Amino acid sequence: MRDFLVGHYFYWFIFLLMTIGLAGIILKRNLIKKVIGMSILQVAIILFFVASASKWDATVPILDPALGAADVTKYINPLPHCLMLTAIVVGVATSGVAFALIIMIWRRFRTLDENELLEKLKHDPD
Amino acid sequence: MSAPAAPSLLPLLAVLVSLAAVPLILLSSRSPRLRETWTLAAAAAKFGLVLALLPGALRGRIAVFDLFEIVPGVRLELRADPLGVLFALVASGLWILTSLYSIGYTRGLNEHKQTRYFAFFAVCLSATVGIAFAANLVTFILFYEILTIATYPLVIHKETPEAVSAGRKYLAFTLSAGVLLIAAAAWSFLLVGDLDFKPGGIFSGAALAGKTAVPLFLLFLGGVGVKSAVMPLHSWLPTAMVAPTPVSALLHAVAVVKAGVFGLVRVVAFVFGPDLLRRFHLDTVLIVFAVTTILVGSLLALRQDNLKRRLAYSTVSHLSYIILGTALLSGPALIGALLHLAFHATMKITLFFCAGAIYVRLHRENVSELNGIGKAMPWTMAAFTLGSLGLCGVPPLNGFLSKWFLGSAAVGTGRPLLAGVLILSGLLNAAYLLPIVQRSFFRRGSGLEGRREASPWMVVPLVLTAVLTLVLGLFPGTFHRLAGRVAAGIFGG
Amino acid sequence: MIPTNAPALAPLIFLFAALIIPLAAFKVRRLAWVLAIAAAAAAAAVSVWNIFRVLESGTFHYRFGGWPPPLGIEYVLDPLSAFITAVINLTALVVLVHSHLTVAAELPERKHVPYYALVMLMMSGFNGIVLTGDFFNLYVFLEIASLALYGLIAVGDRKSPVAAFRYLVIGMVGGGFYLLGVGFLYINSGSLNMADLKAILPAVGAGPEIIVALCFMVLGFGIKMALFPLHGWLPDAYTYAPTATSSLMAPIGTKIGAYGLLRVLFFVFGVNFVTRTVPLAQVVSWLAAAGILYGSIMAMAQDELKRMLAFSSIAQVGYIGLGIGLANSLGLLGAVLHVLNHGLMKACLFLVAGNFRLRLGHSRIRALDSGARRRMPWTSAAFTLAALSMIGLPPTVGFFSKWYLALGTIRNRSWVFLAVILASSLLNAVYFFRVIERLYLRPALRDNEGREAEGRTEAAPSMLLPTLVLAASLIVIGLLNAVIVNGLLVRFLPPGLEIVFP
Repeated sequence: MRDFLVGHYFYWFIFLLMTIGLAGIILKRNLIKKVIGMSILQVAIILFFVASASKWDATVPILDPALGAADVTKYINPLPHCLMLTAIVVGVATSGVAFALIIMIWRRFRTLDENELLEKLKHDPD
Repeated sequence: MSAPAAPSLLPLLAVLVSLAAVPLILLSSRSPRLRETWTLAAAAAKFGLVLALLPGALRGRIAVFDLFEIVPGVRLELRADPLGVLFALVASGLWILTSLYSIGYTRGLNEHKQTRYFAFFAVCLSATVGIAFAANLVTFILFYEILTIATYPLVIHKETPEAVSAGRKYLAFTLSAGVLLIAAAAWSFLLVGDLDFKPGGIFSGAALAGKTAVPLFLLFLGGVGVKSAVMPLHSWLPTAMVAPTPVSALLHAVAVVKAGVFGLVRVVAFVFGPDLLRRFHLDTVLIVFAVTTILVGSLLALRQDNLKRRLAYSTVSHLSYIILGTALLSGPALIGALLHLAFHATMKITLFFCAGAIYVRLHRENVSELNGIGKAMPWTMAAFTLGSLGLCGVPPLNGFLSKWFLGSAAVGTGRPLLAGVLILSGLLNAAYLLPIVQRSFFRRGSGLEGRREASPWMVVPLVLTAVLTLVLGLFPGTFHRLAGRVAAGIFGG
Repeated sequence: MIPTNAPALAPLIFLFAALIIPLAAFKVRRLAWVLAIAAAAAAAAVSVWNIFRVLESGTFHYRFGGWPPPLGIEYVLDPLSAFITAVINLTALVVLVHSHLTVAAELPERKHVPYYALVMLMMSGFNGIVLTGDFFNLYVFLEIASLALYGLIAVGDRKSPVAAFRYLVIGMVGGGFYLLGVGFLYINSGSLNMADLKAILPAVGAGPEIIVALCFMVLGFGIKMALFPLHGWLPDAYTYAPTATSSLMAPIGTKIGAYGLLRVLFFVFGVNFVTRTVPLAQVVSWLAAAGILYGSIMAMAQDELKRMLAFSSIAQVGYIGLGIGLANSLGLLGAVLHVLNHGLMKACLFLVAGNFRLRLGHSRIRALDSGARRRMPWTSAAFTLAALSMIGLPPTVGFFSKWYLALGTIRNRSWVFLAVILASSLLNAVYFFRVIERLYLRPALRDNEGREAEGRTEAAPSMLLPTLVLAASLIVIGLLNAVIVNGLLVRFLPPGLEIVFP
């Protein structure tokens, strides 16, 4: 049990980070803070992938003549990193769209507070 | 007995001919005469087509038209077996008279939206004949649901709040029933993998356990019980009387309700089969429902002042005669039931026609206002008298005949008490129908000066149906032979 | 066309259209719509053609860049993906024809070109999700489609950015959960390829990590398909989005989530795993059943037609979820057939709402009356037909969905679900007849001078035609459903769930 807890210490941090992100999304009333929560969640997931690629005593996945290509345990897994490049792009795009929407909302309703927004929407004609 | 099947286009044509009239009716919405011509032509063609199927059905050559696979394992198929032909004959034959009558009625009242009225009437008839000729449960459900929906615009025809709420009630009852029927059909399909109606039952070969058969039967009963107005599922029928009288006459005395009863005959004799029902005493269940409905329906009819509602409760009670005959599970009883299916139609339609004629002429709907109208409308009330006597079971009218069969079959199957029920119900019939006759002829009315018969468009059909009551009582041969064939197919002999 | 490239063709057509439209339509704005239609038509043609190719010679695999799986990304055209792409592309084509006028009316002119470009991007994403055989690739396409969709929603009426933002937050969380699930799966199996994973998973066993992975993926797809109680984003998004967007995403959008769920549950993890090892299918079916009732009941209380249709969509997605959750061949057939059926019905209904909005200026149920029907008889007729189909009356498609789902529930002896399906069709009757009654029976309001608004102002042909085509297809497809089921759908069924008609 102790080994499990300590051995996965990085994952516990990621778990904590995810919780913070989710809490931000759910609990914060300000829309921008929600977006911050979203970004934290995304980062947590990205770290999760990246962490999964690491190996003890392994190096970056660039062919080193000294190590040779035969032993894969000598290199960390490059695939999650590649995947996360895409995920980062997705994350950036999502944040961008989110901010664009926030600007639209601000222009129309002059508030970014969720409760105020709901109140205004309720009394909005149409 | 498996009758030889002959591929034939006739069943399909019989179904489609009135559907084909719909666009024509819609297109000629500007010209009432043309519209009425289309309706009459479609009605005549339909009757002719059904009539053309009659000799084959009598000889035991069943016309079949197989369209295509509608869901995997089940085909969309029409099959003009004797039972179907009997029902189609009644519905399409009376449609001609109803069409004539409708023309008089709509003109007499200067009804609005006549195009919609005639168009949906035609759709209803297509659906009814489709129900009659459906070869399997899925085809049956298809037409059954079409009938449900096509009747709705006719029920709400007046568009008054009362009519709209009646329409809601009608839909609530019939759509729920349709849903139960679908569940029942799906379940049956999973049990035996075949939904084609077979004389003697789809399930005859399958050994169903009681915990399957009983709920399944109750699902079916719920499905067809609403349209056949078995108590306590009957209450939509009196409410639906807000519809124009020809609708009540043909649909709520013949097509729709008889489609329900017809469905029940299909379920009892062609899906479950007598043996299965007897094994789980489901016939007793059905008999209890039927007897209750017969008696309570008659008693409720006694209390109605509105003429059409009184007739509606009378319909409720008479439909259960047919159910009773079916539930007795014997050849003679089934013959009686099927005869009543046909004969009750002629009698009840006469009464509704009369009610409509009175309404068009005098705008009177209540029994208490009918004093002395026999003098103003002698033909109408004579026809009414004939129909009433028929329903009471007075020989030589056709109502006597079917009741005789039912009664003797009840005794024959060792349930003489049920014959007593029939006699009691006959007396109740007399109690709620004959006072109307008595009022109209022997009491002095007011406000009838210068009132005459309704237009010939209405009087001729209602006199014809009344005469039909007598004629079929004297010469029931064709119907008897058809019913005999059905019964022979199921019970042998 | 190059047969071996067939699987990749449909998403690429849309992707290129998304790039070309802003360039080509820079000067001539009208070109945007034309190009969009052309792309949709081409994609629809390709995907219909693909169906026949799959029927002829079985599943196609296309390797991107020639890399063999599991290293490379693979596109798989099997009967299921061929069917779904055909459904979504054909629906999109019909809706796009209709959207010409609604977009012109609802959006400022400068937004037309980007709008169509985004639609193309979204369609590219949807096609990619359906065709890809790689879990991470699926995530990318999921996000592409979602990002495009956020934009498409946000150009609607005043409240639409709020709806879009809410959808964005929830959608991002859903996508994140899915990605997390993929991560767990990858860590424990070392593969992202669906077919490969299917072979590996039995050896990996049912460790907690695998179960967590499955749960996260189901959660992610559940959010995308608006499976109750993850549906919170849907009603506002459908209501406030422009007509063209809601009529695209209602028939297509949620189905993609359902498709993903189907793939993951039955084609990767397998029936045994999701019903016995982890009874997730049962959970899905209970949630779906709850969603059916919730959606139907909420729909009754709505005043805005589009909002009513949105809640109705939640209920209908529940049908699909229920069919999936039943985890038997009949239920799955019902679910997949309902993807098509509901797509047609809902598209038709949303187009009707669009016609009302454009011609009457509103689509509020309480303001509809027989005057509206007199002005727009064909639109009203299409609505009625689609409503009857939603209620499930034969011979419309709705009946047949109900038939297969009923068979599926009875096969499982799940009487509660049977009752839910049947009750739901009655609830549908309640809220659709509420509208039909108004359209046909409520006397028209008179204007100030006491005259009824006169004249027939039926929607323009380019709007009416798609509506009527969809309405007619409800009956045609209904009658032909046995052909589709026997010819195509029975072939997709995953191993262990081969069809056995009694």
